[in-house]
Amino acid sequence: MIEGDASPLSLLTLLALLGALAYAAAAGSAVLHARAVGTAPVAAVSAPARESARLLVQRRRTVPGADALLWRLGGALLPVAAALAALVVPLGSTAVSDLSVGVVWFNAMEVLAWCAVWLLGWGANSVWGLVGGYRFLIQGLSYELPHMFALITAALGAGSLRVGDIVAAQEDVWFAVLMPAAFAVYLVSALAMAFWGPFDAPVGRDAAGGAAAEPSGADRLVLLAGRYMLLAVVAAMAVPLFLGGGAGPLLPGWAWSLVKTLAVLGALVWTGHRVPTVRMDRFTEVGWMVLLPLSLLQALVVSVLVLVR
Amino acid sequence: MAETVVFAVCAVGAVASGAAVFVVDSMARATFALLASFLFAAVPLLLLELSYLGVLVILMMVMEMMVMVVFMIMYMMNPAGLMPMSMVHNKAGSLAVAAVTFAVLAAGVFLVPWPAREGSPPADPTRQLAEAIMGPHMLVMMLVGMVLFATMVASVVLSTPRGRYDRYGDDLKRTRPDDPIGGGLGR
Amino acid sequence: MTLEAFLLLAAALFSVGLFGALSQQSVVMVMMGLELMINGVIVAAAALWYFVSPERPDGQVLVLVAITAMAVEMAAGFAVTTAIFRARDIDMVDAADDLGDRRQEQGQEHGQSREQDR
Repeated sequence: MIEGDASPLSLLTLLALLGALAYAAAAGSAVLHARAVGTAPVAAVSAPARESARLLVQRRRTVPGADALLWRLGGALLPVAAALAALVVPLGSTAVSDLSVGVVWFNAMEVLAWCAVWLLGWGANSVWGLVGGYRFLIQGLSYELPHMFALITAALGAGSLRVGDIVAAQEDVWFAVLMPAAFAVYLVSALAMAFWGPFDAPVGRDAAGGAAAEPSGADRLVLLAGRYMLLAVVAAMAVPLFLGGGAGPLLPGWAWSLVKTLAVLGALVWTGHRVPTVRMDRFTEVGWMVLLPLSLLQALVVSVLVLVR
Repeated sequence: MAETVVFAVCAVGAVASGAAVFVVDSMARATFALLASFLFAAVPLLLLELSYLGVLVILMMVMEMMVMVVFMIMYMMNPAGLMPMSMVHNKAGSLAVAAVTFAVLAAGVFLVPWPAREGSPPADPTRQLAEAIMGPHMLVMMLVGMVLFATMVASVVLSTPRGRYDRYGDDLKRTRPDDPIGGGLGR
Repeated sequence: MTLEAFLLLAAALFSVGLFGALSQQSVVMVMMGLELMINGVIVAAAALWYFVSPERPDGQVLVLVAITAMAVEMAAGFAVTTAIFRARDIDMVDAADDLGDRRQEQGQEHGQSREQDR
């Protein structure tokens, strides 16, 4: 199942794929938006490219009293965090680096998004930015523990923190079937991590754009690209963790990985357009009173299964 | 050779950013200097083949510093460092104590005859650690769990100004708690 | 890379942290110093595990305990800071030296906020 691919994945290929997936997510979002407002959906496919070109030539807005060092650091950190997290995501059976602690690495790198959003909010010396940054921290504290338990449940089912082993352990049955609650929690936290859809309060319109209120020009482009990259990498990680990695009939492993990733990514983007924004104070209680016990129970069930098997 | 260079860079970086914590004016910068120090100090752990503990330190420190920055800014006057002020006492004395401590420790490092190495690192140090805390060292793990749980309870008790009488009324008969911020479960 | 190099790094981190813990007035900054000191302990424990007895897991377990100590220190520290700030409007260690033999003028300086509470 997992010995189909010949050439190991190179870093450049990975970055190109990540960029393509991020663009697909942005284009999909633009198409959904175009359909909702009644403009031509086909033209919206190129909307992200046009928006990028516009942002590239746009003049940067300066803010008095901005902490430029931290601000730029925050903006740059978002795509870097996504790329670093992607290092352990396998395409078919090959990852750029299949670390022995891949799951923990993925988790550590995606948490860098907390820093990125908070720094973006703080550095701009703008009250809306700071509101957005704080909102993301509250959101992070609500989703991160259930998310960690979802990740660790998948690792528990495979008896290994290596992503390759987790894929191999799903030869008979996908973890999405074996541990549906963990998969659901993972998808919810994936949306929250990329502050997308119902969890877009950190960059919400009610706070004038929140952490994204002040960045303009190239800064804003990096921020938006980083956010879509984060969404793409979280969707891509769902495939080896819960959807059997590159397993599938006919097509080679890497193709199945891509198809599944696109399916998850499409579902996430679609959900983002269907579900209204959830307020922070509401999600916090849901996270701690529902998602956390749910993911703990799921971990308990899986550990009993592992012991019995 | 490459490892030595990485170690040297990270060691200098860790100490320099650690010192920067107490030099910079802005609390946000101080927090992120501390985070940089922790990240630099996690790399030597990775060099020692402790991949799990190294990545764990990175994961934990990022989250911890993001919580810390909230408190830093909440409790410091002048959080952004826009009006530089000195918030230290007995700086010279502290510097002397720290310097003497470092001198003593450094002397100890070079004067103590460290025992020769016994054996070699296992193929998977993560497995070694896991088997230790789930086997012969389980008491440590249990105590750590208890301490963390006690800390959670104690910090909530200490930091919350409202008790159950505030929430459920003097006779605890209120069905819905009277909270300033509502939750998401319709309680 | 030798054991001495790692221990020297640990000693430097510990000393920098000690300086911060002793010299800073703000409770939160003192905690930052304490964190740096514990970080030195982590580096030293890891190095001793690798260079002295890598076959036994004790060094790794010690690192785990030090990481836990760090988490507990921060949680408890912030809880105490919050509690003391709520009770007395204090965020400086000098104003919270109830157990120390305070000098007269210092006692008067911070007496007012305490009078209000009592």
